[in-house]
Amino acid sequence: MANPSIMDTLFQRSLEDLIKGIRLQSPDSSTPTSSFLCKSMEEIRREIKSTDPHTKSIALLKLTYLNSIYGFDMSWAAFHVVEVISYPQFPLKKIGYSAATASFHDGTDVLLLLTNQLRKDLSSSNGFEVSLALQCLSVIGTTDLCRDLCNEIFTLLSSTRIYVKKKAIAVVLRVFRKYQDAVGVCFKRLVDNLESSEPQGMSAVVGVFCELTLRDPEGYLPLAPEFYRILIDCKNNWVLIKVLKIFAKLAPLEPRLAKKIVDPICEIMRRTMAKSLMFECIWTVVSSLSEYESAVKLAVVKARELLVDDDPNLKYLGLKALSSLAFNHPWAVVENKDAVISSLSDADPNIKLASLRIVMSMVSEDNVVEISRVLINYSLKSDPDFCNEILRSILTTCSRNYYEVVFDFDWYISLLGEMSRIPYCQRGEEIENQLIDIGMRVKDARQELVRVARDLLIDPALLGNPFLHRILSAAAWVSGEYVELSKSPFELMEALLQPRTSLLPPLIRAVYIQSAFKVLVYCLHSYLLQKEATASSFAADGNTPWIENSAIQGPEGSDLATSELDREFNPRDFSPSFENNGHSISKLSTHKSMVNLLNLTEMALGPLMESHEVEIQERVRNILGVKELVKQEILDHSAQKEENSEKKESDASKIIELIYHSFSEELGPVSASAQARITVPNGLVLKDNLAELEIICGDIELPVSTSFSLGTLHSREKEVLSLDDAASNEDSEPSTESTSLLSEHYKRHKLYYLLERKMMPFPLIIHLPMKVRFRIIRSMISMIL
Amino acid sequence: MGIRFILMVNKQGQTRLAQYYEYLTLEQRRALEGEIVRKCLARNEQQCSFVEHRNYKIVYRRYASLFFLVGVDNDENELAILEFIHLIVETMDQHFGNVCELDIMFHLEKAHFMLEEMVMNGHMVETSKSNILAPIQLMEKAV
Repeated sequence: MANPSIMDTLFQRSLEDLIKGIRLQSPDSSTPTSSFLCKSMEEIRREIKSTDPHTKSIALLKLTYLNSIYGFDMSWAAFHVVEVISYPQFPLKKIGYSAATASFHDGTDVLLLLTNQLRKDLSSSNGFEVSLALQCLSVIGTTDLCRDLCNEIFTLLSSTRIYVKKKAIAVVLRVFRKYQDAVGVCFKRLVDNLESSEPQGMSAVVGVFCELTLRDPEGYLPLAPEFYRILIDCKNNWVLIKVLKIFAKLAPLEPRLAKKIVDPICEIMRRTMAKSLMFECIWTVVSSLSEYESAVKLAVVKARELLVDDDPNLKYLGLKALSSLAFNHPWAVVENKDAVISSLSDADPNIKLASLRIVMSMVSEDNVVEISRVLINYSLKSDPDFCNEILRSILTTCSRNYYEVVFDFDWYISLLGEMSRIPYCQRGEEIENQLIDIGMRVKDARQELVRVARDLLIDPALLGNPFLHRILSAAAWVSGEYVELSKSPFELMEALLQPRTSLLPPLIRAVYIQSAFKVLVYCLHSYLLQKEATASSFAADGNTPWIENSAIQGPEGSDLATSELDREFNPRDFSPSFENNGHSISKLSTHKSMVNLLNLTEMALGPLMESHEVEIQERVRNILGVKELVKQEILDHSAQKEENSEKKESDASKIIELIYHSFSEELGPVSASAQARITVPNGLVLKDNLAELEIICGDIELPVSTSFSLGTLHSREKEVLSLDDAASNEDSEPSTESTSLLSEHYKRHKLYYLLERKMMPFPLIIHLPMKVRFRIIRSMISMIL
Repeated sequence: MGIRFILMVNKQGQTRLAQYYEYLTLEQRRALEGEIVRKCLARNEQQCSFVEHRNYKIVYRRYASLFFLVGVDNDENELAILEFIHLIVETMDQHFGNVCELDIMFHLEKAHFMLEEMVMNGHMVETSKSNILAPIQLMEKAV
C-alpha cells in the first residue's frame, strides 16, 4: 500500500465519513475484497494503536461497523477493546462495550481482563454505565465472569433503580446457565421480584421464569399461585403470553392446576382482541388441556376462525393448531375438512405443506383409498415440489409398520403404477423398494404386480425418463421373478429387449437382461415339457396334436387369442404338472415362436457381447451361452418332429431343467444380523492382511489357459503377473520361487523367447537390491512378449 | 432461548443490521444470512411470514425497502414476534422521525442500543415505547 499521506494521518475519518465513502463506491464495493474497504481497514489498524482515547474509539467504532455488516474479523483487536472499555468517558465506554458484545466469545483470552472493569461499572452510580455492563455481560458472560460477578448481580437485583433492576433480572438467566451455584444465591431475590408485581420489571421477570420453566417444570410448580395471580390481574398481553407458556408446561404436572386455569384461559380467549394472545390460548389448550372438552371445543371454534381468514399468517396458524389436535381429537379435523382440503391448493407452499400433514395424520384403513385418490388428483395439478411431497407422504404413510393401513394390495400396487406415470414423479427409489418388498411379502399380490410391471415395461416412452429407471428396474425384476404369473412371456421378452433399453444405465440394463434370461428359461422349460408331453401323447394315441397346434398358431403376437382356441381343442393332451400353472403359456410355445424368441435374443443381445460394462457383458454371455446350447436342439427338432417316437432326454433339456429349478426357488430376505450370528469356524482367520497371500500362493502355478472366455494373451499375462508379484516380495525365499517360475516358463515356452539368452546366474540376482531385481525380471518378461 | 438473532436486510440482500444472541463464527453468520435472505426474499406478499429453517423458525416482515428477520425457537408465538417487529419499527420511527433505511445505516449504534433496551439474552424485557426511548433520550442529552 502507498505510504499514508499527511492528510490521512492528520484527519481521522469518522464513522459517518466511512459510511459515506462506502456508499460512494460502485455497487460491488460491498465485497470485502474491494480496495476501499481494505484501505479503510489499513487506516483502522493504524489508528487503533494510537494512545489518544478519541482516535482509538473512533477506530474501534469503525471496526465494529465493518465487522457487523461486512464480516471483517476483529478478534485481533480484542485488547484494544478492553482498553477502550476502561475509559471513563461514557460515549467511549459505550463504543468499547458494543465492540465487546459484537466480537467476544468464550474463546477470547482477554476476557479475564474485563472482570475488574465490569465489577467497577456494575457498582457505578451512573445507571447507564451499569446497564452497559449488564448488557455486555448478558451476551459474553463466561463461567468465570459470572462466578466473579455474581455478588454484584445479587446486589443489583434489589436495586431501587428500576431501570437497572430489570436488566439485572434479565442477566440472571445467563448467570444461572453458566454458573449453577448462582441459583442458590439469587433465586430468592428473583422470586421477590416476581411477587412485587411492578409493571416495569414484570416482562423481564416472567420472561426469565418462562425460560427456566421450559427447562425444568417441576421445580417451579410451587410458584404456580404467583403465576395465577398474574394471569388474572395483568393486562399486558406480552406478559400474559409468557404466563400461558409457563402454564402449558406446568398444567400437565398437576391436574388441580389444570382445572383452575381452564376457565380464566377460556375467558381470555373469548374476550381478547389480540390475535397473538388468542392463538397462545388456543395453543395452550390444545397442547396441555386437551382433556377439557369444552375448552377444546372453544379452541376449535377459534381455530376455525383463523383457518377461514384471508390472511395467510392466520391460516397457517389455524392449520398448525388443528394438526396438533388431529391425534387426540380427530373430530376437530373432520369438522373442518373442507377448509383443510382447500388449503391444499393455496398459493403459499408452507400452508400447503401444513394441510398435507394434517390430511396424512387422518389416514386410516377406511379412508386411505379415498384420501389417496384426492391427493393424487391434487398432485397432478401442483408444481413439482409439492407433487413429490404428496407422493412422498403417501408412500411413507402407507408403508408404515409394514403397510398397516393397506388392506387391499391389488389397489395399492395399481396406485404405485399410477404414481410412476405422474409426470413430475421423482420418488423412483421408494417406489422401487416398495414394489419389490410387497412382491416378496405378499404372495397374493404378485399377479397384480406382474400386470402392473408389464404395463410399465412395454411402454417405450418411460425409458426416456431418468427418474423412472429405478421403477423400471423393479418392474423388470418382478417380471423375471414371477414370470409364471405373467399372461404373455413373449410380450415380456420383447419389452425387456426392446432397442430403447439402451437408454438405461448399465446396472439397470443388467437387471433387464437377467430377467430376460429368466423369462427365456421359463419359456424353454415349458416348451420342452410340452414337447415331452405331446411326444408321449403322440406316441400314445398316434395323432399329432402338436403339429395341429403349430398350424393353428398364428403370428406369435396373437398369443392371447389363440390360447382360448387351444384350450378347447386339446384339453387333455397336456400333462397335469403344468396345467396347474393356471395360465396358457405352455400352450403358446410353438416351435416357430421359440425359434423367433431365440432369434430375438440373439439379435438384441448379440451386439452387447463385447460391452465394456462388466455386469452387462457377463449376463449377456450367460444368456447367449444357454441359447447356443439349446439352439441346436430346437433346430434339430424341426427336422425330426415327425419321427420322434422315442424321446431321449437331451443335454439341453437337462440344463434348462436345472436352471429353471434354480430360478424357481425363492430366496427370502436375509436378516441384517445374520452374518454376525454365524460362528467363525476354528482355523479360519478372517482378519489377515491379504498381501501375505503372495507368499502362500507364489509357488502355485497358474494353468495355461483353456477357459473359453479369455484369450491366450490373458493367461500369459496372468503368469507374468504372478512372476512380478513374486518378484516384488521382500524375503529372499520367494526370489528363489521367482527364479524357479521363470525357468519353468522358459522351459515351457522356449519357443517364444526371442533371444537365445543365457540364463543369467539367477542366484546372483538375489544379492542385488529389490528394485533392480524387479527391473531385470521385468525386462526379461518384456522380451518374452 | 427465545430469540436467536435479529437481522435487517434490504431488498438487494445487503445486511443493514445484525444482532446475534448466541455466538456464531463469522463464516457461520455469513452462511446463515445468505441462506435465510435467499429464502425470505424469494417469497411474495400472499405467502405467510413464517419460514421453517433447520431446527428453528424465522419470522419476517417487509417495511418499505427493508426486511426485518427474527430467528426464534420453535415454541415461540409467531404472532407475538410479528408484533415485536412492529414495535421495533414504531420505536425507531418515533426516535428518528419517519425512519428510513439510511437512518439505520448512519446511526447503527443507536439502532443497536434500542434493540438492547428491548431484548436481552434473547428475551423481551421492555415492550413500552416510552420506557425504551427514555434512557436513550437521556443519554443523548447527557453526552
